[in-house]
Amino acid sequence: MTPPPLQITCKEFVELVTAYLDGVLPGHDRVRFESHSERCPGCRAYLSQFRQTIEALQSAPAETAEPENLGELARKFATKPRANPAL
Amino acid sequence: MDSVLDGDESLLAALRRREDTAFVALVRRHHSLMLRVAYAQLNDKSAAEEVVQETWLAVIKGIDAFEGRSTLRTWIFRILTYQASARLQRDGRLIPFSALASADAAAAEPSVDPSRFLSRDDRRLPFYWVSDPMQWPEDALLAAEVRSVVEGAVQQLPDGQRVVITLRDLEGWDPGEVCEALEISEGNQRVLLHRARSRVREILDEYLGGARP
Repeated sequence: MTPPPLQITCKEFVELVTAYLDGVLPGHDRVRFESHSERCPGCRAYLSQFRQTIEALQSAPAETAEPENLGELARKFATKPRANPAL
Repeated sequence: MDSVLDGDESLLAALRRREDTAFVALVRRHHSLMLRVAYAQLNDKSAAEEVVQETWLAVIKGIDAFEGRSTLRTWIFRILTYQASARLQRDGRLIPFSALASADAAAAEPSVDPSRFLSRDDRRLPFYWVSDPMQWPEDALLAAEVRSVVEGAVQQLPDGQRVVITLRDLEGWDPGEVCEALEISEGNQRVLLHRARSRVREILDEYLGGARP
């Protein structure tokens, strides 16, 4: 029989979310994190806000830009001798 | 993400054959992000532009020596970080980005305003929520307006946090790639990312809460 995991508080929970999502919380901390989340509606809401935040960040459109001298760089690149012309 | 290495291999082969279209595609893919990363490291727009130029020249020079021990983009951004710290040294600004990042990570900054939690002396539930965070509506974050709130929130972050959240969440890099490219520790990377996400969440919560009747 394993002893019940020590509890964490909500204040501790909010500091562990990124480590939890990255899968790097040590086993016992992960158990505490998950069991807290099961019992605590506030932290469940917080975790889902956090996930939604990450989704919103991920859906931000990528910026593109190119240097003014792109043509010149490309010429420099294309005329650089090849290390192994057989490739 | 799973095709990153495959994509790298065919791109690399094209680069070794000196296909200029492959090079142009590479530049277009990374240039904007490189400017943002260099700016965060240097805090000087024209110095950032110069450092990115120097990096592209170094990429041209070194492309055949790239051995594929990291991803291509990690290799490019490592060159960028190296060039940026060389630039800081030349300008007599001796604090490299990695040191600023560790200082930022070491500062005590709670993820959530401490007043949202009951005090240590609370008899029943010390350090539990005073009132639970609200559920955000499922589709609230799709609105174009919210997108600009998120962008504004990222812009306001301190340099280290802004670079890490940009690479991890906006660009989808792995933690290991970010550490390698920026020469910061895995722990610092995670602290900076967590602070940054927490701050963006807080701003979104204020916005979504404030938008309610």
